[in-house]
Amino acid sequence: MAHILLRHRDIPHINQLDVYKKNGGFQAFKNAVTRMKPEDVTNVVKASGLRGRGGAGFPTGMKWAFMDNQNWPHYVVANADESEPGTFKDREIMEQNPFQFLEGVALACYAVGARAGYVYLRGEFWHLAAFLDGKIAEMEEAGMLGDRLFGTDYSLHIFTHLGAGAYICGEETALLESLEGKRGQPRVRPPFPPAFGLYGKPTVVNNVETLTNVPLILANGADWYKSMGTADSAGVKIFSLSGRVKKPGNYELPFGKTFRDLIYGEGGGIIDDRPIKAIMPAGASSSMIVADDKALDTVLDYASVRTLGADLGSASVIVIDDTVSIEWVINKTIHFFKHESCGKCTPCREGNYWMLSIIKRMQHDRKKEDVDLLYAVAKQMQNKCLCALGEFATMAVATGIERFPAEFKAK
Amino acid sequence: MSLAEKYPKEVKQILAKYPPEHKRSAVMPLLHLAQLQEGHVDRHAMQEIASLLDITETEIASIIGFYTLYHDKPEGKLRIQVCTDLPCALRGADQFLADLCDKLGIQPGGTTPDGIVTVEAVMCLAACDKAPMFQLQGPDGIEYHENMTVDKTVELIEALKKNDKEVK
Repeated sequence: MAHILLRHRDIPHINQLDVYKKNGGFQAFKNAVTRMKPEDVTNVVKASGLRGRGGAGFPTGMKWAFMDNQNWPHYVVANADESEPGTFKDREIMEQNPFQFLEGVALACYAVGARAGYVYLRGEFWHLAAFLDGKIAEMEEAGMLGDRLFGTDYSLHIFTHLGAGAYICGEETALLESLEGKRGQPRVRPPFPPAFGLYGKPTVVNNVETLTNVPLILANGADWYKSMGTADSAGVKIFSLSGRVKKPGNYELPFGKTFRDLIYGEGGGIIDDRPIKAIMPAGASSSMIVADDKALDTVLDYASVRTLGADLGSASVIVIDDTVSIEWVINKTIHFFKHESCGKCTPCREGNYWMLSIIKRMQHDRKKEDVDLLYAVAKQMQNKCLCALGEFATMAVATGIERFPAEFKAK
Repeated sequence: MSLAEKYPKEVKQILAKYPPEHKRSAVMPLLHLAQLQEGHVDRHAMQEIASLLDITETEIASIIGFYTLYHDKPEGKLRIQVCTDLPCALRGADQFLADLCDKLGIQPGGTTPDGIVTVEAVMCLAACDKAPMFQLQGPDGIEYHENMTVDKTVELIEALKKNDKEVK
């Protein structure tokens, strides 16, 4: 099947403007601005069943429809902070298929009446930001961005903004704080960004992959998009496959394939053909899945992965084999979250501190009371943190101890 | 020399991205600009950015402290930042970091005796399928180097040092 998001794998040089245009590029945007009402664009996206690809899986069209029309201006912010350990899909999209992503940003802006869109990139994507600036300039020159587009009253400008190394800025309200020039710490929600976003104005925040779906949905229709995937999860998803597999990388698949298809089909199986032990389907913030036959034959969509006691999230699938201990894995995730906790709310700030102290102690001398204490700290953090990232810090720890008890016996 | 003198065009472009009443948004790109040449943000740059954006120097300092890519102290001109997070570590990143530091005769987080290269472990860089990998933070901004070996890294360092001497 031809790619829908990673189209550069089928069409060489699609990151050049003329090639993108020759392959239907910007027709959806031009058609929307000249022939469609903004709410009709939202309705097509709603009908397509597209859900947010950044992790939460929230219906995209519904989010757009939540924008408060009593309060202006409106903004669109593309979340290109891609910082979840195991996720590396947005970077490939922006480097290789940038115009489709930017057209998606433009369509989202038109749908919600925004005249400015920001692309918030993690600071490490320094060269990528300069590259996108160049692509934005080309679009302006070609009349696809700028004032009074296509002879209408609609004007639109898109800007890049670089972060500076903070996982928390992937959380949408922390991202907005950061874009406002502050420390990136989450806001209390509600109000949600469609009511109170950038500079206190209604704002749509969407992941890069989500937005990159939009031009083809508008061009081919909601039914076309819905014909792919499962009843629960329409369309296609990029799976970032990493860890102990032979062929790590990004794989674009319709929802509905299985973990086995992904890991043993696309990924070529486990390094040295060792037995697989665990799967983390949503990066470091995942629950750990015991990789038995039932799990491997589970369908990859939002609802099915939930039956395994995990979330599909951003579909950054980390594969763990029998050479790796689960204690080592959670040691790694705890180090990460301790470093990345923003410090605003107490359960996350203190909980991660204590989890790190305990896991360090366990490295030398694993006592049953330490394992119990670690588990208790993780469980006490759950449902008490200000944002989802505090919750994420506990997932691998709690499920690792629950589902792999043999690995946590006293030494 | 002030930022406005050194980079007049860039400062103007950065400020034009944000609504004038929200010019504070320019603080992060201005800090990136300020540390480009020296590898850290010095007191003068902090003062200048604060007055340009009508915020206090303390707020600027808190922003530098919060984000890991900003530095307020001079260290190696070239910072090799190796990702050792879970997916990279599953593909040998910890060993790569240890071997590289051994080869350079430093500890992780340390700087070579000539003061040029700092090697440190950092958190996920979104390149999990191409480990071992690192980013190089230096006078040209930030560059990714993927599927690396110790030998390739040492070659890269030598080439950069040579380049630097020729420029001087």
